[in-house]
Amino acid sequence: MKYLDEFQDPALARRLLDDIHATVTRPWAMMEVCGGQTHSIIRHGLDQLLPDGIELIHGPGCPVCVTPLEVIDKALEIAARPEVIFCSFGDMLRVPGSDGDLFRVKSAGGDVRVVYSPLDALTLARDNPDREVVFFGIGFETTAPPNAMTVHQARKLGIDNFSLLVSHVRVPPAIEAIMTAPVCRVQAFLAAGHVCTVMGTGEYPPLAERFGVPIVVTGFEPLDILEGIRRAVHQLEEGRHEVENAYPRAVAADGNPVAIRMLEDVFEVVDRSWRGIGMIPQSGWRLSERYREYDAEERFRVADIRTQESSVCRSGEVLQGLIKPHECAAFGTQCTPRNPLGATMVSSEGACAAYFLYRRLQPPPAREASTVG
Amino acid sequence: MADPTSVGGSDLPSFEGWTCPLPLRDSPTIVMGHGGGGALSSELVEHVFLPSFRDEALARLGDSAVLDLAGLGGDRLAFTTDSFVVRPLFFPGGSIGELAVNGTVNDLAMSGARPLFLSTAFILEEGTDVTVVGAVAERVGAAAERAGVRVVTGDTKVVESGHGDGIYVNTAGIGLVPDGVDVRPDRAAPGDVVIVSGEIGVHGIAIMSVREGLEFGTALESDCQPLNGLVDAILGVTRDVHVLRDPTRGGVAASLNEIARAARVGIELDERALPIPDVVANACAFLGLDPLQVANEGKLLAFVPPAHAEAVLAAMRAHPAGLGASVIGRCVADHPGLVAATTGFGASRVVDLPLGEQLPRIC
Repeated sequence: MKYLDEFQDPALARRLLDDIHATVTRPWAMMEVCGGQTHSIIRHGLDQLLPDGIELIHGPGCPVCVTPLEVIDKALEIAARPEVIFCSFGDMLRVPGSDGDLFRVKSAGGDVRVVYSPLDALTLARDNPDREVVFFGIGFETTAPPNAMTVHQARKLGIDNFSLLVSHVRVPPAIEAIMTAPVCRVQAFLAAGHVCTVMGTGEYPPLAERFGVPIVVTGFEPLDILEGIRRAVHQLEEGRHEVENAYPRAVAADGNPVAIRMLEDVFEVVDRSWRGIGMIPQSGWRLSERYREYDAEERFRVADIRTQESSVCRSGEVLQGLIKPHECAAFGTQCTPRNPLGATMVSSEGACAAYFLYRRLQPPPAREASTVG
Repeated sequence: MADPTSVGGSDLPSFEGWTCPLPLRDSPTIVMGHGGGGALSSELVEHVFLPSFRDEALARLGDSAVLDLAGLGGDRLAFTTDSFVVRPLFFPGGSIGELAVNGTVNDLAMSGARPLFLSTAFILEEGTDVTVVGAVAERVGAAAERAGVRVVTGDTKVVESGHGDGIYVNTAGIGLVPDGVDVRPDRAAPGDVVIVSGEIGVHGIAIMSVREGLEFGTALESDCQPLNGLVDAILGVTRDVHVLRDPTRGGVAASLNEIARAARVGIELDERALPIPDVVANACAFLGLDPLQVANEGKLLAFVPPAHAEAVLAAMRAHPAGLGASVIGRCVADHPGLVAATTGFGASRVVDLPLGEQLPRIC
């Protein structure tokens, strides 16, 4: 397939790796923001091929992982109602709430369905006018536009038995939160390519400037990631801190203006909690005043559900890049993909799941405690 | 609830090829009475199943089939059963009918047995179109003939509308294990060469491409086929084959993990050697699936001592069901119970057992 094999070419990878090895003169710690990048790095073993001093810190960009327990509990509550058809992408079904997951609701008789697009949920609503169809709208700037468009369509088509349980989050405020945390080891970011496909790169220069960090917009295939790392290493070694686009085949500086207008119409920016991290100001979206009637939280009156997270699970520290998954005492023992304590162990994009799936052979030695920056 | 006759999907293959030899009298759809043991049951058996399966032992309609094993070769019986609940009932390259036959035939063959006899049990949902039942029965009969096995006994039950998915099929099978053959998962040994009989992930992606809500355009057809002929070809080279396994649900990853655990050996794969067709690799890339975890229905994995590996590989490639056979890895003494893969970049990773159903990811 065009643009798949080419970006997994071992000979080209070798050239990028040689350049990285030749450039590095000291240790650097950089964060890949997106869980898709984390998965690709671990799946292909890219981190095993980098110079010893280059550390990849796995960022919070897994939509499943950062969805707060409280929102999962709201989903469970709504999905259990007899009048509801609850629609979700597949990998949310196994995310543990306080009391079970959506699979459990389904086996207890709840009408929970896996769909592949929010528009499928809208079709279900049209075909089942006597039922309430709810779509679980989670994720970053990548999944927000189709969800926004679906709500827009629902209004346009007069489909009133459709609503959205929204837990959308935005990347730039998370970068700010990571850089202003009391302990921060990140010296450069590989920004999430597909987020920038939608939003463009305009949000990042102020962050690069303010925190003095290189930000390289990076794709997801092995060569994309190595090129992102290579550019970040060059910037770090040369003392630069700029925004670079290493994923131009998918990212334009302006992003996708149509999608951005749709987001601005349907959503409004709010403070959001991130699982394991806590409240980050202005870091998410909810339905705007004009579309509030499609908000499932209000329609089903679950806005008051409040939940405490597990005290054993350290997914918050994993998501902030403060520890590696295997440094959590519960990793691989109390917490496995079969019995996940935290969402980072659930999704294929979660750092804990990626380590569990691919890294049990030779667990990397525990990192020495050190802080930088 | 959905119309039960629509379970085959809107693009149900044409049944022009199948005609009810003596049209069932009053009922074009299955009614509860078809499972009641009376005249309607008899009509269904006589006009749908018997003509499809064409077997003299079955036609005697006794309470059980009485079979003579003398001279069939082998003193050990292999006996297995499997149930089939696939949706849609008809898919590119096959149907629940071929799956039900080949699934059980292949399970027998993976023990080194020569499959001989099958039973079939149909659980029909009230309201299912009789022509659909007839078409599935016809596919069962044709698949049995292709695999060289006889359908010698059967059963039919009907469940109320809404309590089934159109048609469920169970098959059980009996085969005989030739003298000197001892094929089982715990015989895998360090040094064994791991051979796969052809391209992987084809069946799972073909099914997914027609699943409701996920339809994507592909010319891919299921690889569903009987493997007993291929196993004969392998055992014709040497009887010293340690393990045979058809990597169905859970794919190659699940089968290899089960073998590694059963035999307490490690398995090392070379990802670059895996025969993954582009269309499977591409579909997996956009669905977020691992081709190693996608189901196959007409492929086998063989664990062969190194001394015989080359000859076995050549024999497989000379058989129509093994044209694309290739070596994908080796058994090792290290990391017993774990399957590892060398990635395309020379790094290594663990190949894990899939947890449950494969879940397409969010983005």
